[in-house]
Amino acid sequence: MQIVSQEVPLVWYLLLSAVLFCLGVVGFLIKRNLITVFMSIELMLNAVNLSFVTFAHQWHEVKGQIFVFFVMVVAAAEAAVGLAIIIAVFRARATLAVDRIDLMKL
Amino acid sequence: MNESLHLWLIPVLPFIGFLLNGLLGHRLPKAVVSAIALLAPLGSFLVVLLASRAALPHSESYGNWITAGSFNIDLSFVLDQLSLIMLLVITGVGFLIHIYSVGYMHSDEGYWRYFAYLNLFLFFMTTLVLAGNALLMFVGWEGVGLASYLLIGFWFQKTSAADAGKKAFIVNRIGDFGFLIGLFLLLANFGTLSFSDLAAKIAANPTLTGGVLTAIALCLFIGAAGKSAQLPLYVWLPDAMEGPTPVSALIHAATMVTAGVYMVARTHFIFDRSPLALSVVAIIGAATALFAATIGLVQTDIKRVLAYSTVSQLGYMFLGCGVAAYSAAIFHLMTHAFFKALLFLAAGSVIHAMGGEQDMRKMGGLRTKAPITFWTMTMAVLAISGFPFMSAFFSKDAILAAAFASGGLGKLLWFVGLATAALTAFYMFRLWYLTFFGETRSHEAHPHESPWSMLGPLVILAVLSVGGGWIGAGRFGAFLSPVLGTKTEELTGSLEYVMMALAVAAGAIGWFIAHRMYHQHSAAAQLAAPAPAGYSLLQNKYYVDEFYGFIIVKPLIALSKYFLEWVVDFAILGGLAWFLAGLATLSGAILQRWQSGNIRSYAAWLALGAAVLLYFVLAPHVFGAPSLHLGMAGH
Repeated sequence: MQIVSQEVPLVWYLLLSAVLFCLGVVGFLIKRNLITVFMSIELMLNAVNLSFVTFAHQWHEVKGQIFVFFVMVVAAAEAAVGLAIIIAVFRARATLAVDRIDLMKL
Repeated sequence: MNESLHLWLIPVLPFIGFLLNGLLGHRLPKAVVSAIALLAPLGSFLVVLLASRAALPHSESYGNWITAGSFNIDLSFVLDQLSLIMLLVITGVGFLIHIYSVGYMHSDEGYWRYFAYLNLFLFFMTTLVLAGNALLMFVGWEGVGLASYLLIGFWFQKTSAADAGKKAFIVNRIGDFGFLIGLFLLLANFGTLSFSDLAAKIAANPTLTGGVLTAIALCLFIGAAGKSAQLPLYVWLPDAMEGPTPVSALIHAATMVTAGVYMVARTHFIFDRSPLALSVVAIIGAATALFAATIGLVQTDIKRVLAYSTVSQLGYMFLGCGVAAYSAAIFHLMTHAFFKALLFLAAGSVIHAMGGEQDMRKMGGLRTKAPITFWTMTMAVLAISGFPFMSAFFSKDAILAAAFASGGLGKLLWFVGLATAALTAFYMFRLWYLTFFGETRSHEAHPHESPWSMLGPLVILAVLSVGGGWIGAGRFGAFLSPVLGTKTEELTGSLEYVMMALAVAAGAIGWFIAHRMYHQHSAAAQLAAPAPAGYSLLQNKYYVDEFYGFIIVKPLIALSKYFLEWVVDFAILGGLAWFLAGLATLSGAILQRWQSGNIRSYAAWLALGAAVLLYFVLAPHVFGAPSLHLGMAGH
């Protein structure tokens, strides 16, 4: 613990986490391929995970690490369901462009 | 407390009859419907008979009904001499009328519905009479109003019947309003509605007279005037004749309309303390008696004559109450229940014989064609006219004597009552001659005698009408004295016989004039000849309905239409609703553009929202006083 704070300051971890999260957001917003969008979501989740472990380490708290496990479990489940939906969408519409999957509007 | 008499059975039995016939009646054969409908009042009558041998008064409580702070209402029934007499009349006469109805309503489509309503009426009426507190009485009071409404409008396909039902209900509502105000005043001043507690509290405070008690008594009397068809709220009763004739006999002659008299007698300890209220009751009673009797002189519908006669006789009862002769009023109530039920049932038999014709000008000659109806009707006519030693002779005489004995104002009221007695005899014998004597004036009708299910009750009621006076003559007051107290002023000796002779003479004069006009000359228009204007005034019932229509109904309709409908409903409420609907439509039209179906646009809004939120959370920390120290401690 002392080692971490001495060698790599906390703020670096947080900056990395923020950069990864912003990459995820930007990817989500500008990419058209559904699979890429999906991967961007995973990126955001992992960015959040990174800040969770960082803080857990900093405050000597195990709760943050437990939270990370929850996020991983949910992400795994989401990946299973999400990929299944993507396959179903592709079979139905022969495309994965998010802009063209827009039937749920008024 | 002595052992239970199961008083609850008295109202509950008819209620079971109502439920069975009301819910299942349309699937049951007529014989089963009749059996259920007849057993209910018979059962109640037997329970009353059994209960009558117990020590009175007897009260039973079935638990708390309403408790709120110190306010407490028990579900309690009280049987005393007063409610016992009422119950015997209600269930006894009610049972006879049920039997009669089996014959009278035999071919009606709504047979089961009719008996369900009739049993429902008995349920509420017995509740009203048995109630140990004013609020429970009010429940029965409203309930009989409901049953009355349902039965007046029984043939609701006829507009006139449906209108008459509404009229009865609405006019009664005005009276009930007064009753309710009276109850609130009682509650505010005495904190209880139990009759026995109220009586005790008032008795414990002998100096309490007038003032608030007058207000309470007058409010209660407004309720009584509505239910018992007194001036100025009598207008619904003649129209109530649109209902089936046995209903007129049971509800609008023998029982329900006497509820007002019963209520005044039940709360007599309040009226006793207010000479003003008593005078009002007596004056209204006497005025109604005379007023209704004069209208009855010229009516041509046989049931309407009887309806006005009922209003008039109820006026006698209130005259009795007003001179504090409560037992005489209750005595007249009982004999009236006998002879007026008989008159109505016999009239129903006449209508049945004439094939539905109610206009007396088309009747006549039924004496030989319907002899049993004729003889029973004759008994009733003699009874109501005060023929010596028949029932009304005793009861009417008791009221008139009490009025005479009560002094100054009473003497005047006594004279009004005496005049009314002559008028009563006149219109009853007019009806009698027009219906039964001469030739049948309608050529379509084939008069025939009614079946025995109808004639049986007529015969029993005829016996009661003739002999009913002997039940009470001389000892009725003593019997009721535990409840109603004893009357102090009594006529004695020769004066009492003079009174009787005068009353009989008044009746005889009425008979004589009717005989001259309708039997010897048999010309219905005779009455009109001397004073055409007066005749038309009477025939149009003093234009009271038109007057009410002009000062109450028309303005109310105008108010409803122009103000309530157009301004309040259409402009204010409708405008508000349209404004809100327009707002929702407009905002929907704008906001629906967000729902583009484009996932990336949703995500962009989400991100934007998150950014804004983050800004507001973090801004005070970044730009404001407390700066962030996240991990910066290391530096």
